[in-house]
Amino acid sequence: MNAVAEGFATAFRLIVHADPVLVHTVALSFAVSGTACLCAAWLGLLIGAWLAASRFSGHRLALLVLDTLLALPSVVVGLAVYLLFSRSGPLGSWGILFTPTAMVVAQAVLLLPIVAALARRVAADALRDGGDQLRSMGAGPLLGGLLMLLHERWAVATLLLIAFGRAVAEVGAVMIVGGNIDGVTRVMTTTIALETSKGDLPLALALGIVLLAVVALLNVAIALFPQSRGVDAAELR
Amino acid sequence: MTALRSTPLVALRDASVAFGSVAAVRGATLVVHAGEVIAVVGANGSGKTTLLRLLHGVVAHSGLRLASDAGIQAMVFQRPFVMRLSVWNNLRIALWLARRRTPPGERAERAGEALRRVGLLALRHRAARSLSGGEQQRLALARGWALNPAILFLDEPTASLDPSAKKEVEALLAGFAADGMTLVMSTHNLGQAKRLASRVVYMEAGRIAADLPTDDFFAAGNRGSADLFLKGELSWSLDG
Repeated sequence: MNAVAEGFATAFRLIVHADPVLVHTVALSFAVSGTACLCAAWLGLLIGAWLAASRFSGHRLALLVLDTLLALPSVVVGLAVYLLFSRSGPLGSWGILFTPTAMVVAQAVLLLPIVAALARRVAADALRDGGDQLRSMGAGPLLGGLLMLLHERWAVATLLLIAFGRAVAEVGAVMIVGGNIDGVTRVMTTTIALETSKGDLPLALALGIVLLAVVALLNVAIALFPQSRGVDAAELR
Repeated sequence: MTALRSTPLVALRDASVAFGSVAAVRGATLVVHAGEVIAVVGANGSGKTTLLRLLHGVVAHSGLRLASDAGIQAMVFQRPFVMRLSVWNNLRIALWLARRRTPPGERAERAGEALRRVGLLALRHRAARSLSGGEQQRLALARGWALNPAILFLDEPTASLDPSAKKEVEALLAGFAADGMTLVMSTHNLGQAKRLASRVVYMEAGRIAADLPTDDFFAAGNRGSADLFLKGELSWSLDG
């Protein structure tokens, strides 16, 4: 009990004094997950908008695959990206395995189906309401879907925050493709796993507190969005 | 009279629309000429909205639909959809989507002109979704007018509006018609059809049961079920 209490006390001291290792680990986590989130958003929103508004043979199968990928285990993504970038893999010559770049790729792959599937649902719901109007004005499927994502931008911001939360709390993929190298690819989740296995609780606890705080802040941000409070965002401007 | 009519803008020949096993429009043959104001009337579920969507070309159909390339078409829906943007940006997006029609340099001027025309210029920075129902309908009309369409389709443009808003919208439509814009609108308001339309199309169970100049349509005569409709004596049928 004393050891745990002492661990918490040391953890708070690390946070209050902005311990360099702690700060670097948190900053790297944010950089990797934020970049992965941006990459997944760029492609995922396009895919979601297009799938919401277009109809083609195999459309239902595509939706089924996308929804299935929502439950994609992060270790499987990590393994696939590892095989892709390993020295004998098809992209081994790029030499990015065990670098933050590989971690970004792995997390972007993990987030892509999440962003695309949720964006598709947001756009499809909005298109049921105003799709005819946009088609009538000359918007094609992709443009119509994208305009609906603009229309539902608060919902899109919420889904991107959810995606970021998923990425920053993920451990399997970044552990496999990053290698958890001290000062290079060690992020919050992999550090917590390592320090806990070593029995060194203070840094693990401090990072755990930071991680929880990040998730809590994301939830507060989502709750503050006008649509979460049942208010039409546009009415506030 | 027919000889004086100008170029046909849209023509249907034996066109039908079905939603699953339900035939919404059956064998419609109709020609819309430039400058006409056509009122499509009929009971609920008679196929008025689907006929408008068919003419507009936004619904899959069998049969023939020919549209002149004289200009674009626009449609104002019964429940206008406005985006969660300002009034101004709703107009700009509509003009941007129809970019072939309005050169970029003229879009701001056209948007301003459209809003001035419907009396919403002072509200241009307001959120479109915070407007009243009547104001949103006027915004939808401004959006339709701004595109300078060859034909403007209107699906019950004054339904669910209060009498004052109805009057405003009707005055706007009369103004559009006076400018020579071709209007095709569905309505339950026979007085409105009488006031605005040059021609009335009566729909019954998905079929065009009458297509007459307005004066002829409202004159007493042998028009079958249209007579019953005008007298408000059309009976319910559970068989559809």
